[in-house]
Amino acid sequence: MIANIGFGALFIALITALYGVAAAIYGERSRKAAWVDSARQAMALSFPLLTITVAALLYLLLTNHYEIAYVGEVSSRSMPVYLKMTALWGGQSGSLVFWSWLLAGFASAVTLGKWDRDREFLPWVIVVTLVTLAFFLILSVFFENPFARLWQLDREIVTSFFRPVGALPFVPRDGRGLNPLLRHPGMIIHPPMLYLGFVAFVIPYAFAIAALITGRTDDRWIQLTRRWTLWAWLFLSLGLVLGARWAYDVLGWGGYWGWDPVEISAFMPWLAGTAFLHSVMIQEKRGMFKQLNMVLIILTFDLVIFGTFLTRSGVLSSVHSFAQSAIGPLFFVFISATLAVSLGLLINRWNDLSSRNELKTFLSREALILFSVLLFMGILVTSFWGVIFPLISELVTGQKVTVGPPFYERATGPLFGGLLLLLGICPLSAWGYSSWKTLRKLVWLPFLISLAAAAAALAGGIRQWQAILAFWLVGFSFSVLIYELIRDALARGRRYEQNVFDSLWGLLKRNQRRYGAIVIHLGVVMMALGVIGIESFQTETQATIPEGGRMELASYTMTYQSLETFNTNDGRNVARAVVSVAKNGQLIDELYPRRDFFFDSNQQVTIPGVRSTLVDDLYIILIDWKAISQEGATFKVFHNPLVKWLWIGSWVFILGVVIAAWPERKSKKIRKSKPVPQGGMLS
Amino acid sequence: MRIQKYYQDVVVMVLVMMVLSLSAVPAGAQGSTPSDDQVNEIARELYCPVCENIPLDTCGMEVCEQWRGVIRDKLSEGWTKEEIKAYFVSQYGDRVLGEPPRRGFNWLVYVVPPVVFVVGVYLLYKGFRSWKSQDDDRLLEAERAADQGNADEEYLSRVEEELRGRE
Amino acid sequence: MKKLLLWGGLTLLLVILGVSLLRSQQGQVGQGEKAPDFTLNTFDGTTYQLSDLRGKVVVVNFWASWCESCKPEAADLEQAWNMYKPRGDVIFLGVDYVDTEPEALAYLEEFGITYPNGPDLRTKISQAFRIRGVPETYVIDREGEIAHRQIGPFRSLDDILAVIDPVLEK
Repeated sequence: MIANIGFGALFIALITALYGVAAAIYGERSRKAAWVDSARQAMALSFPLLTITVAALLYLLLTNHYEIAYVGEVSSRSMPVYLKMTALWGGQSGSLVFWSWLLAGFASAVTLGKWDRDREFLPWVIVVTLVTLAFFLILSVFFENPFARLWQLDREIVTSFFRPVGALPFVPRDGRGLNPLLRHPGMIIHPPMLYLGFVAFVIPYAFAIAALITGRTDDRWIQLTRRWTLWAWLFLSLGLVLGARWAYDVLGWGGYWGWDPVEISAFMPWLAGTAFLHSVMIQEKRGMFKQLNMVLIILTFDLVIFGTFLTRSGVLSSVHSFAQSAIGPLFFVFISATLAVSLGLLINRWNDLSSRNELKTFLSREALILFSVLLFMGILVTSFWGVIFPLISELVTGQKVTVGPPFYERATGPLFGGLLLLLGICPLSAWGYSSWKTLRKLVWLPFLISLAAAAAALAGGIRQWQAILAFWLVGFSFSVLIYELIRDALARGRRYEQNVFDSLWGLLKRNQRRYGAIVIHLGVVMMALGVIGIESFQTETQATIPEGGRMELASYTMTYQSLETFNTNDGRNVARAVVSVAKNGQLIDELYPRRDFFFDSNQQVTIPGVRSTLVDDLYIILIDWKAISQEGATFKVFHNPLVKWLWIGSWVFILGVVIAAWPERKSKKIRKSKPVPQGGMLS
Repeated sequence: MRIQKYYQDVVVMVLVMMVLSLSAVPAGAQGSTPSDDQVNEIARELYCPVCENIPLDTCGMEVCEQWRGVIRDKLSEGWTKEEIKAYFVSQYGDRVLGEPPRRGFNWLVYVVPPVVFVVGVYLLYKGFRSWKSQDDDRLLEAERAADQGNADEEYLSRVEEELRGRE
Repeated sequence: MKKLLLWGGLTLLLVILGVSLLRSQQGQVGQGEKAPDFTLNTFDGTTYQLSDLRGKVVVVNFWASWCESCKPEAADLEQAWNMYKPRGDVIFLGVDYVDTEPEALAYLEEFGITYPNGPDLRTKISQAFRIRGVPETYVIDREGEIAHRQIGPFRSLDDILAVIDPVLEK
């Protein structure tokens, strides 16, 4: 019953979306505003409809309706309530519905905005958004129906929404349960954040396409979507960070990012989106490079779809991918079609978009931003090529190859370094006019301070030149950003006779964008510090030791105290070791690495014991143990210097995005087709 | 036949490697049991042949334990890291390596990204030249202002101008 | 010119993606298809070339020592082999998919397997057959075409006989 309601709502949502597309196009073509309005209402309706669908699926999950195939796949009786809710996006068909639901949320939100001044955009925004939504709904309704039931037909179990002739309902007593790797708090928010980021980028793309179709190729679409883009970027960043954190906490290989194709497929839209966020500033400030912005937003959108395609089509297999399914070809068609249509429109308007580009010097703000866009694109191309090369190689040579971390690290390392350097120089350069001479005035102080960072690295006994260079870069960018903040605060403080903190607060409130950006960049620099720490200086050791035995790593001594195994009432068998940690002969901590075995899914998860400080992480994994004999247990220990800064930096980063994207108090009306005043040097 | 040819390749490769790394002493000396760390050092650079994108040192499956056992056996027989890697490639194919071996078609994976990047740099450079306008007066003016030394005051007024513009 | 380059590049990219997608959707070599030729070097040093076995019915079984679901069918396969061996026109070949030699030999020992077995070096054979997992068994008729494919283990000796007998009678 509930399943029928859920499916009914899903189906009606699809019809509504298709109707909306048709009505919007008809209304626009025949200049009948009533039809466009009707399409708008159809779009607004998509969210409530899909909310019914999602609520129905949640209900089925929470009430153990295992006759529904999807519920049986991802849930089981022993799972706690919050995990049963998480199971909503723990499998292919559920996550597709979830995707559509989020997109519908954004779509409905868009219709609520004030449209009086931008009526000509409206029909096309509706068309693009609803076509995308309809595509995902078609997948759910016809190919990956989350409400399909299990039936018994001649000793065979079949999956179908409608009852096959002669079939009897089949109700398993319990489900298989969620993949234990996904049973982690990080997993509860990681996929939704990622999906939110993905779907939110559909909105700026829709506006861009609307601008291309209507020919209103001025800055208006960028102003209208700036906040959408920032929020999309926020969610995508958060999704990536949470994924990294989850990997560090659960996957038990001492790392946070493995350059896995599926990780990369979420990273690629982020790269394109980040490049877009930066390059739109040039258009806003100087009215230049409109074509570039269009290219970047189209790229971002198609990479979003491409990422979803990669994870779901079975073209690549990896830890994250959902099982093989028939929807791959459909995704392929959708990507090809959107790419062809977008590029066709873009080429059609190419000349309208041309602007008198003018760059005075290589060191002006806009030139430096162009450089950084180039670097982001370089990383993107490398990532893309690394992901698809195994496919090409298998086609051409018949041999499977792996393109793994060594390739990506070598190829993208210098590009990331370049970005870090630009991040340091950029804040000092001005829009329009900046030369080596004007820059030199500002750069010497941070430069001197940053030399201290390099010197400290040298003094600390570091001899790898890459690491020293990296530390210097971090020091340089960090000093520039702090220097900027202090300079602004002091200048304002002097004028208004405020103390530094009041004046900082005042600045922040008056220009969220500029100071949000500074905070974001500070976060990036901290993250870079963490990445350099773990990438350059990670050490590890592994040994089998008896109770009371010791292991040593990086001035830490670990002593294996004891191990106990027990069953929990949520269906796990836990083996938990107690390991005491001493430094310089002094006992400082006790860690509990453990291994959880899940009965329902017959899988196990290794959860490390981690002691995390600002200087380093000690990360212990329980690999194996002998229950009775005195042979002891096998531990693997990682020493990860500075990695905590990666997580601290991430939160600073997120805070910065929130500052930049937070609605300003005096809601500034965006003037129609009149760009923000130009000539300002800041933000 | 092919496979024999391949073994020849391997032998040549190993010889080259040994010449190149005269200083590198083979990990476990013959006879002694290699430590987990010595095994992991090699396993880290190999990928589990039956999983996707999981290095052999972190893979938790039972087979992976067996493969680590193979590494251990070979080490105690005095094989070098490169020999062991070559053995894994001959058994399970190129996919066990962390990146494609540098020969033939595989060169594309290494060549394409830098080439694309260089083309990008070139296009940007060409763009810069065409976008650079001739009148540099205002630039000079800005430089002169910076020279005069009251950069701070000028900067502040720009901050204020900017903030006013936003209200 | 520029446009041409752009569209050309884009099309090429999409074609590559499309073809890889097709391949991933393709599944194993199908019934009635020509069996891909391969060379198997057995553990005891004999070499078998599929094309040399034309005129015989060849049963190719993919397995691995770490594969739990291969074990139940192992003894049945051996029993079937012993039944067909005297006829001389049937040959069983065991292809050991990514495995370690000591464990593989122990497995053969454990189930007393006597038909030729060898490692799938560089996974060439399994890639040619596009297998999805182990065990999978392919029965190749006298003309070298795939007469039957068994995805997953055989349930019993009778299952195996029921598959091979019709091919022999063809």
